[in-house]
Amino acid sequence: MKIKISIESSIVTKPILAEAIVETGALLNISQAHFDNTHGEVVADIPSEQFGHIRDSLVKKGAEVVVLDTPISRDEEECVECGACVSVCPVGVFSLADDWSLEVDPDKCIQCGTCLTMCPHNALVLGQ
Amino acid sequence: MVKKTIHEINGRIRDGSVNVVTAEEMVDIVGELGAEGAAKEVDVVTTGTFGAMCSSGVWLNFGHSEPPIRINKLWLNDVEAYSGVAAVDAYIGATQASRSKGLEYGGAHVIEDLIRGRSIDVHGTSSGTDCYPRKVIDTTINIYDLNQAIMLNPRNSYQKYNAATNSTNHTLNTYMGTLLPNHGNVTYSGAGVLSPMHNDPNYETIGTGTRIFLGGTQGYIVGEGTQHSPESGFGTLMLKGDLKEMSSEYIRAASFEGYGTSLYVGMGIPIPVLNEDIAKATAITDDDIVTNLLDYGIPSSNRPSIRSVTYGELRSGSIDVNGKEVTTSSLSSFKKSRQIANELKDWIKAGEFFVSMPVERLPRDTACNSMKLSSVNPLVGDIMTSDVSIIQAEASFNDAAKTIMDKQFSHLPVVDKNNSLVGIVTAWDISKAVAKAEYDLVKDIMTKDVVTTSPDEAIDIAAFKLDSNSVSALPVIDAKKQVVGIITSDDISKLLARRQ
Repeated sequence: MKIKISIESSIVTKPILAEAIVETGALLNISQAHFDNTHGEVVADIPSEQFGHIRDSLVKKGAEVVVLDTPISRDEEECVECGACVSVCPVGVFSLADDWSLEVDPDKCIQCGTCLTMCPHNALVLGQ
Repeated sequence: MVKKTIHEINGRIRDGSVNVVTAEEMVDIVGELGAEGAAKEVDVVTTGTFGAMCSSGVWLNFGHSEPPIRINKLWLNDVEAYSGVAAVDAYIGATQASRSKGLEYGGAHVIEDLIRGRSIDVHGTSSGTDCYPRKVIDTTINIYDLNQAIMLNPRNSYQKYNAATNSTNHTLNTYMGTLLPNHGNVTYSGAGVLSPMHNDPNYETIGTGTRIFLGGTQGYIVGEGTQHSPESGFGTLMLKGDLKEMSSEYIRAASFEGYGTSLYVGMGIPIPVLNEDIAKATAITDDDIVTNLLDYGIPSSNRPSIRSVTYGELRSGSIDVNGKEVTTSSLSSFKKSRQIANELKDWIKAGEFFVSMPVERLPRDTACNSMKLSSVNPLVGDIMTSDVSIIQAEASFNDAAKTIMDKQFSHLPVVDKNNSLVGIVTAWDISKAVAKAEYDLVKDIMTKDVVTTSPDEAIDIAAFKLDSNSVSALPVIDAKKQVVGIITSDDISKLLARRQ
């Protein structure tokens, strides 16, 4: 399963991810990370059965953990299947099929929102 | 030598014996039968394209009000329409932005709302005349209340279009969509094999008066489009059609982040196969159509081409850019383009659409020139401060503070051992370090992501960079990243003060 770990700037220098991994033994695989001067954000894959442990461990250390279970959804009325979204997605959610229809694989989505701004037809929605 | 006339082909459309194929299907037919065989076999080849066409709009006539008004200024759902033509005519352009909703809603959305039969708020003002005494009009209309709603697009159906990428280290929001940093993606537009003008590159059947598919109904080619530039392969068309008959299936409003609104227009042209030369031309494939990959990181109308690329390569999903495999995105919809070519084919087969010859051919030797500028635009090199103090990345925080004090200059470009720019330190960075009591090396407190300019960049571009990045100075660097000067918002203010 995918989770998003938000880390405030005050604790960003502490190795809380490493500590949580050592503590829980969870195989946490980072798929995306973004840090700026206000906060840090890490998207990671973890084995579902270890979710409770890793969440508790991270929350105890001051991080916020959200399950990424509401991936991108497409409004088929608005979408014209141009494929503008294909090249901006960092994890390959979108592709064009042989008949040039747009195919969406929401399981891959890390909810970064890059495709939302790219879509010329406002056909993509997050968190619904 | 095969020779057919429009009359013969229309006769076959009338009696139902016409053979129509799409430009995609024609590729294999010519491959199999040869141009001569295909010209005998096929009567009409249909094309189609569906993409963003900014240069689009609609002429509206509202009818006269009681008491009458000659509208000088007009807004439709708060989007300004041009009404400087008689009393109650107006032109709503696709890219005009709403006064209240900004870039999200524009003329294109008004056009789509009209097609969908939705209500539009009309607000018009006038100075009032003896014959048109009314000064203000406020009403609500829909498309059925209008006398005419005639789509008239000054520049549609670009023969082909340049593909776009971005060499800078930051994301660009353009009319070619989001362009990721460091050549992170490539975007392109155009229907390739189905592209209307590429299937008749000598404009033998495409010209003034040609009947076409426009927005789901029959439309016409008015003539060459603006910026028609056939010699470089960038022909364009001016199109007209009745908006009242159009469908939102084929006319869609769009908005590009940070750019604004545009209109996706669906259009297709039937090409009557009058002879084998025309048959041969309609066998064009994606691999035959070459365009340029331009760097939109260069803020100039004269963007350098990184490489030439075929539509075949672009449509494969990725292309090579400087040795790196980069994912491509189409901004136009090939699926819709194909749908249009097929629908046009069905109309012709059903005897509902007849082909036509142009009453006037399109020019084949015009070029698209740049704007004449009557005054010389100053460059960064003309007004920058060349006497700029720099500091080494390894220098101490105190050295930086001292230099800023001594030189009375609040921005200090930071360089490495080779004198290449690696960052910038401002008086603000110094204050922040003092406030946090973190006295480190310059490299620890500097801003690493520096926005820069070059001596030969136009002042307007430097001003845009200052504004859009919310910074007050730009280091000026040469091709080797050596600092040759600095330009501040003060320098630009002074220049403007001198101009006025």
